[in-house]
Amino acid sequence: MLDILKLPDPRLKQASEPVTNFNDALRAFIDDLEDTRRAGPAAVGIAAPQVGVFRRIVILDCSQTRKPVFNHGYLVLVNPEITHWEGYEPGREGCLSVPDYTGNVIRATRIHLVAHDPYGERLEFDMEGFEARAAQHEIDHLDGLLFIDRVISRRTDLFRRRVYARKK
Amino acid sequence: MKERWWMITLIGRDAPGIVAALTRALADGGCNLGETSMLRLGGNFTVMMMVSGAADEGALSALLDPVVCERSLCLHIDPIEAHLHEHLIPNLQVSVSGADRAGIVAQVAGALAEGGFNILDLESDLAGTPDVPVYILQISGVTNEPVEAVERRLAPLRAEGISVNVAPVETYIG
Repeated sequence: MLDILKLPDPRLKQASEPVTNFNDALRAFIDDLEDTRRAGPAAVGIAAPQVGVFRRIVILDCSQTRKPVFNHGYLVLVNPEITHWEGYEPGREGCLSVPDYTGNVIRATRIHLVAHDPYGERLEFDMEGFEARAAQHEIDHLDGLLFIDRVISRRTDLFRRRVYARKK
Repeated sequence: MKERWWMITLIGRDAPGIVAALTRALADGGCNLGETSMLRLGGNFTVMMMVSGAADEGALSALLDPVVCERSLCLHIDPIEAHLHEHLIPNLQVSVSGADRAGIVAQVAGALAEGGFNILDLESDLAGTPDVPVYILQISGVTNEPVEAVERRLAPLRAEGISVNVAPVETYIG
């Protein structure tokens, strides 16, 4: 179990460096990171900088939601990069590093993502909805961004804009 | 001694600088803020703020008095129990819109209450034009009922042409 950095720790604003050595030490760290994710209350994902390791590594697992969502199961993404974004929608997010706060954030609805697995093999995914949101939230951590930097006002309301769009 | 908290409610004609003036007066008087919410409702300034750090209600009122007078605001102060760091997370969102008529909110809220739905956040607004007003209502909250059961409770509104959208809120934690 690793300690989770929490606000106002300034290290959460630090950008992470790419992984260059796909070795046993990396894989051992990933196991520890996964143990830490599982211990977090209802955590779906986690990023290495949340435990003070500033390497571009994230873990996601969107297979355990209350209502099933489209997902690729348990994913370890090393040096992940989003190469395509499409659509946008608000959704509620919270963070292990920001206890007792949730807010609505706009994320791309569909993304294409490339990454490496813990052995350096190339991975590629088309993600949508909740899983796409998870990837965007975690990759933000790698760039020193937190969801609270993106929370929209409670009155920012896409629903209303859609209603108007249909009437025109 | 346990910290004392008050809920202060202020309303008045909206103008730039009210929040700055109020919060400066509170800060200079040694008060702290808890959760706060400011909204413009029908062009009016409205704010509710949890405040601690004052000796008593009279002292709190005296701190705010210059701003209240200058801005012609209405001030209301209530002692409260503060439950901080205990946020509930919504698991269901209900969006309703339709031609404006009396009783839409009462009908929706009543149907939800029958199923034990706890409203955490409610916003409603009158959109459209003066000729064709449209009522828009957004509710999020916590319920133990499945989406389908909530849908059934709201079905009578749909039957009269009101748009009702019920969606689970899956909060991403990462």
